[in-house]
Amino acid sequence: MSTANTPKLAMGPVLFNWKPEVWRDFHFRIADEAPIDTVYVGEVVCSKRSPFYLPHIADVVERLLAADKKVILSTLALIMNKREMDSVREIAADDDLMVEANDVSAVALLKGKPHAIGPFVNVYNEGTLDYLVRNGASRICLPVELSADSIGALSKNSDVELEVQVFGRLPLAVSARCYHARTHNLAKDNCQFVCDKDLDGLDLDTMDGEPFLAVNGIQTMSYTYCNMIGDVDLLKESGVKHFRLSPHTGDMVKVAKAFQGVISGKISAEEADDAIAQEINDMPISNGYLHGKEGVLLEGALAE
Amino acid sequence: MTKKLELVCPAGTPASLKAAVDSGADVVYLGFRDETNARNFPGLNFSRDELHQGLDYAHERNAHVYVAINTFPEAGNPGPWRKAVDDAAKIGVDAVILADIGLADYATQTHPDLRRHLSVQASASNPEAIKFYTEAFGVQRVVLPRVLTLPEIAALNKEIDVETEVFVFGGLCVMAEGRCALSSYATGESPNMSGVCSPASHVRYEDEGDRMVSRLGEFTINAFEPDENAGYPTLCKGRFVTEGDPQYLFEEPTSLNAADMLPELMEAGVTALKIEGRQRGRAYIGQVVAAFRKVVDAAAEGQKVKVDLTAVTEGQQKTSGAYEKTWR
Repeated sequence: MSTANTPKLAMGPVLFNWKPEVWRDFHFRIADEAPIDTVYVGEVVCSKRSPFYLPHIADVVERLLAADKKVILSTLALIMNKREMDSVREIAADDDLMVEANDVSAVALLKGKPHAIGPFVNVYNEGTLDYLVRNGASRICLPVELSADSIGALSKNSDVELEVQVFGRLPLAVSARCYHARTHNLAKDNCQFVCDKDLDGLDLDTMDGEPFLAVNGIQTMSYTYCNMIGDVDLLKESGVKHFRLSPHTGDMVKVAKAFQGVISGKISAEEADDAIAQEINDMPISNGYLHGKEGVLLEGALAE
Repeated sequence: MTKKLELVCPAGTPASLKAAVDSGADVVYLGFRDETNARNFPGLNFSRDELHQGLDYAHERNAHVYVAINTFPEAGNPGPWRKAVDDAAKIGVDAVILADIGLADYATQTHPDLRRHLSVQASASNPEAIKFYTEAFGVQRVVLPRVLTLPEIAALNKEIDVETEVFVFGGLCVMAEGRCALSSYATGESPNMSGVCSPASHVRYEDEGDRMVSRLGEFTINAFEPDENAGYPTLCKGRFVTEGDPQYLFEEPTSLNAADMLPELMEAGVTALKIEGRQRGRAYIGQVVAAFRKVVDAAAEGQKVKVDLTAVTEGQQKTSGAYEKTWR
């Protein structure tokens, strides 16, 4: 296997409302210890959280760059007012670091300079992919719904670097409404930042007590943790160049090492799966989308 | 501002198209009978011949027809979507309603004279996103996502140079449209990929004696006491438990009704009003369109009329949705 075909690991943006110091220290540790190539930094879910991280962003970026990580600045997925629009304009104007667009507005602002496309921009087919590449996109993290067949069709005729989320709760939807605030009978404008209570999201059960989804502010996520540790070969065959790990409170250095171990052929998928299970308290895992099935399902090597 | 709002009405069948036109629709929007549109239900939508005839019927009565081609083409299989655009152009429809960037690019290159609207499924909720679509693809109208408040719509219209269309009645998406994979997480089929949400093929109702349970895929979406009406288990309209008791966490089973807000929407610079419901029967369509015809005509004269749409409102409950900030 040539190095050129070896997938690299990326750490996605922290999607949850972590305390600023925890957020900062998380990135420091990734910089110092994780076998990660690229780290996404910035708030994607709720514009109200951003101010808390601001004082730490420069330090985090500096530390990551010093550790030879590529740093990409992430941007908001849902932009509904001038304040949010202005914050994206400001990030998109950054000349030093690559920026990830998570809304078409950012795609427009980044036109003509190399940039990344995040999973919240709808790239379902080669027509859209080609257009975005002509617009300047150099790497694209695909929507969570896509199957390996679709990913393969996209990679076949394009040199753009494709990325897929391979670990962590799946971001399934965004809304103008905040479901954390609603859970606590609060108005969104006076939310008291109650989402900071749930560091991996707030579990949502059916009326029969079955775990189903997870709430993260305006975002709705899967209850299961996406885990494609058993699909490394399938991902490689489909042309995926970057594996995105989405941060959780478990030890992400260990999760990254587990993926790195399988990619480099040093440990088996089963061993890596055991190591990851420890970090997510044996939560159920899923990879159904990759196999063209319901997202909640677990298919393939680890399903037996 | 005295310009009359354009009334854009749904049709899932030729009979509904006639009902909409006869009841005063300025425009009927519809889709082809396949996965190229976001209401891909069995027995619904138009063949090419039916579109031809429907278009003649509408044009003879001074009404227009827009064709929604607003799902996201499948990777490696652009054919059905491109053919939908080609056929819509050939048949001579008044506009196509598109969501996908690649398909919008195709339509722009291949049929530059075909009027292009941006579907709500594109989720263009801010001036930069809208400018992207107008500059890149000459989009002449944007259907705004149902996430914006009235003041936000007014502010947005001041910053853009393109017509806007907003939903005023019908089923309300709670999530940002075109950015929701909840349905495929549970069923494998989603609005973006298959043109369906919470598809009937994955729905089961189970009578457990003391309660009626509705399921989507493997998941219980709602459970009803004997004296409650068992509503359809659209995923985001179900009852779930986060902390404590079950509640309609995402959204109550309500319909959007903004019939009382037309003066404010005109003031906010909106061009057209859209009624949701291509899956509805012709009686429903006729009733809702006739009511909105009255309200729109009155609003153009600076007047308000009351219309009662309770009978055709989901769960007999209505909401003004995101137009009011308290909804959030």
